[in-house]
Amino acid sequence: MRSSILQTASQYLLPILLLFSVFLLLRGHYYPGGGFVGGLVASIAFVLHSFANGTENTLKIVRYKPLSLIPIGLLIASLSMFMPVLLGLPVMTGLWFEEPIPVIGMIGSALFFDLGVYLVVIGVVLTILFTISQNTH
Amino acid sequence: MLFTVLSGLITSGLLIPFGKFFKSRWSVLLACLPILLFVYYFSYIPDISLGKTFNQEINWIPSLGVNLSFRLDGLSLLFSLLITGIGSLIVIYASAYLKGHQFLDRFFAYLLLFMSAMLGLVLSNNIILLFIFWELTSISSFFLIGFNNQQKESRKSALTALTITGIGGYFLLIGLLLIVYITGTASIDALFAQASFIQQHAYYPYIVGFVCLGAFTKSAQFPFHFWLPGAMKAPTPVSAYLHSATMVKAGIFVLARFTPILGNTELWSYTLLIAGGVTMVYAAIHSLFRTDLKGVLAYSTIAALGMLTFLLGLGTREALTAALVFIVAHALYKAALFLITGIIDHETGTRDLTLLSGLRKVLLPVFIAGTLAALSSAGLPLSIGFIGKDLIYEATLHGPQQLALYLTIIAVFTNVILVTVGFYAGIKPFLGPLPEAFQKVHLPYRAMWVPPLLLGILAFILGIFPHLLGGSLIQASLQVMDISTAPVNLKIWHGFNTVLLLSIGTLALGTIIYLVQKPTANKLAFIEKFNNLSPKHIFERMGALLLRFSDFYTNKIHNGYLRSYMLKIIIFAEVLIGYELLNSGPISIDFDKLSPISFYEGFNVLILIAAVLFTVSTRSRLSAVVGTSVIGYAICLIFVFYSAPDLAMTQFTIDTLTVVLFVLVLFRLPPFLNFANKLDKIRDGFVAISFGVILSIVALKVLQEPFETQVSDFYGQYAYSLAKGKNVVNVILVDFRGFDTMFEIVVLSIAALGVYSLLKLRLKSSEKE
Repeated sequence: MRSSILQTASQYLLPILLLFSVFLLLRGHYYPGGGFVGGLVASIAFVLHSFANGTENTLKIVRYKPLSLIPIGLLIASLSMFMPVLLGLPVMTGLWFEEPIPVIGMIGSALFFDLGVYLVVIGVVLTILFTISQNTH
Repeated sequence: MLFTVLSGLITSGLLIPFGKFFKSRWSVLLACLPILLFVYYFSYIPDISLGKTFNQEINWIPSLGVNLSFRLDGLSLLFSLLITGIGSLIVIYASAYLKGHQFLDRFFAYLLLFMSAMLGLVLSNNIILLFIFWELTSISSFFLIGFNNQQKESRKSALTALTITGIGGYFLLIGLLLIVYITGTASIDALFAQASFIQQHAYYPYIVGFVCLGAFTKSAQFPFHFWLPGAMKAPTPVSAYLHSATMVKAGIFVLARFTPILGNTELWSYTLLIAGGVTMVYAAIHSLFRTDLKGVLAYSTIAALGMLTFLLGLGTREALTAALVFIVAHALYKAALFLITGIIDHETGTRDLTLLSGLRKVLLPVFIAGTLAALSSAGLPLSIGFIGKDLIYEATLHGPQQLALYLTIIAVFTNVILVTVGFYAGIKPFLGPLPEAFQKVHLPYRAMWVPPLLLGILAFILGIFPHLLGGSLIQASLQVMDISTAPVNLKIWHGFNTVLLLSIGTLALGTIIYLVQKPTANKLAFIEKFNNLSPKHIFERMGALLLRFSDFYTNKIHNGYLRSYMLKIIIFAEVLIGYELLNSGPISIDFDKLSPISFYEGFNVLILIAAVLFTVSTRSRLSAVVGTSVIGYAICLIFVFYSAPDLAMTQFTIDTLTVVLFVLVLFRLPPFLNFANKLDKIRDGFVAISFGVILSIVALKVLQEPFETQVSDFYGQYAYSLAKGKNVVNVILVDFRGFDTMFEIVVLSIAALGVYSLLKLRLKSSEKE
């Protein structure tokens, strides 16, 4: 069921949704949002694209296997978790830069932790969905 | 001391990635580690002999009273030297014995892990730490026993050993926790001072029972002995290590360690005396009729362990001295005999006593080692075995008046048979004519025959100069177990007395039995008939019953249908909550406090109800999925109305993805099969409606309770000041409860990996079974 309307729309929706997901990720610490929702929205963007264009074509855009996002995400999350240990603080102590960065706002270890969550969620959702869809079609 | 334990653990861990290097002939280099540790502990002998103890304590989990607390005293030094000393020889031996084995690196990793666990066990000054190492020995020995994992028998005996010692470990833990519970301390140092308090406590009998059960399973006491002969499926170096100096002695060590804390009561003494006595007689008789060399050694090991338990039960100063000396003597000759058996097996390909003979002509140094070990085991004068035997008789003769005679009789009986079986294992294969088949047998690598020879010679050096051992280690060990400080005097010559007569009688009788009785296949078959009554058989029957039960249980409860799981879970929750609701009295709802229902809220509920009705009544799978997702979205709206935007957003995206997932999976399924008949539907409907009703009642009940705002206040107050975030939900997720989130994403990753590997798995046709 290829629909050209959906195909055209998904071309534009993919970047917009991805941008929205990053937006959700970044604002999470102050307003509704966060890594988990952001990751889900990003996955939905890809899933929508794969519905319109087929899983193979979506995988071509992604270039890398979604599975590889999982270890990267876990690594980032655990690094941000153990970073304070290097400074002699207990695990998961929040570390923050003094000055806010334009656009992004305050940057701290919590943001990196959230980034890890974001990547893991994308990796997990896409791995599960794409694996199943490739095996059923 | 911590580093000695850690060094082995770390090396064993490093062997997994870097083990390839040690698969070649360099594997013998691994012996450096135990040798260094041996030298390290050897250097402690002078200090320990003077009666000093060394303590080291590093905080680990101080809030639970569990610390990395180590204690080096006579007893632990004695065992540490045995573990590292014999461990070094075993590593050297195994590097030749298993040369070229494809998993040689893994073997050494297990072996070093096991060695460290044993070291940790004997050095622990904290009984919880002791238990941790105790379990680690069980686990690592499982891998060692099952090392030949291609053989079914090998896997089975590894599992038996793990099950039996695991059950024992469980009981030991109960016993140890009881001790901690009544005394409030887990430190062995502190427990020494509380011995009389523990012994007068009402829980004392239970503590003794549980600790003894743990020790008996590990040290293969009747009726738990049968895992030990089974464990002979392991490669011979493993048997040599586990059954001479380490694994099975762990139980003995624990009994010895707890002697000053729990010992010197009638309960303790009789428990150990009876268990030890039965074990040694039972195992001694069995050992006479084995035809497999390793079988002979296995049963004689059990007999020796029985003897040790028996001596610890006797508990007099003489008996404890005898036990300590016998531990050393037994470790030396039993390790040597096992190693010799390994050489014979390695070179001739058989361990059958009825086939082996005349090997002295081709394996002369091995023959010498075997003779030395057998003579020490027989207790020939000038060997350490002789001194051990003398001390045993002295202890039994000086035992309690009314029992002394009986104790001596069973000690003599066991020792006579130990003499005989020592000769079977150490001498018999080498005497007589050399059969045709073994003409081409040649001497193995030096790394294989030197270790048993060393052990044999050491048995005689210690026998000729017994004060080397007695004045230092035995003296210091006794000091730990017994308060009096009278010097220990081990002598070669005690003068003409009853003890000497008994010793000579034992030797003579044992030799006569050796000459008269020959193990044959017929006799073995005869004694095997009694196996139907043996504990092993009973345990196996129980195991089979357990399997049948779990089959039945699995079919009934875990039938693989998701709907059936859901049904059971929900019914269980209903019963549990419903019962609690009935008990908690009537509910009263204060309608005034409820906020008014607005128009769009009501409309939303109508949509919800319509979607539910549609989902239940539709005949198409796909529209059912769509129906449930409408329900999900409607619930999201409720979250939005009541200001939980984060929750609503997440629920919304999750619902979307769930629909996608459903569609992907359902795509392949046939249109709609009607699984449920009418009755099932009515049942499911009833369960579902009642669950909804119960949850609604619970929700209303919650309103009745005073609203506790402490937690939400805390988060509201500190979210910004501590975590610099204004979105409390997110701050909780990534900061306050970050650990939870971390584990959740790990779980998610595992789920994804599971799906991925299940669907992508393409087995080669050879791997399919």
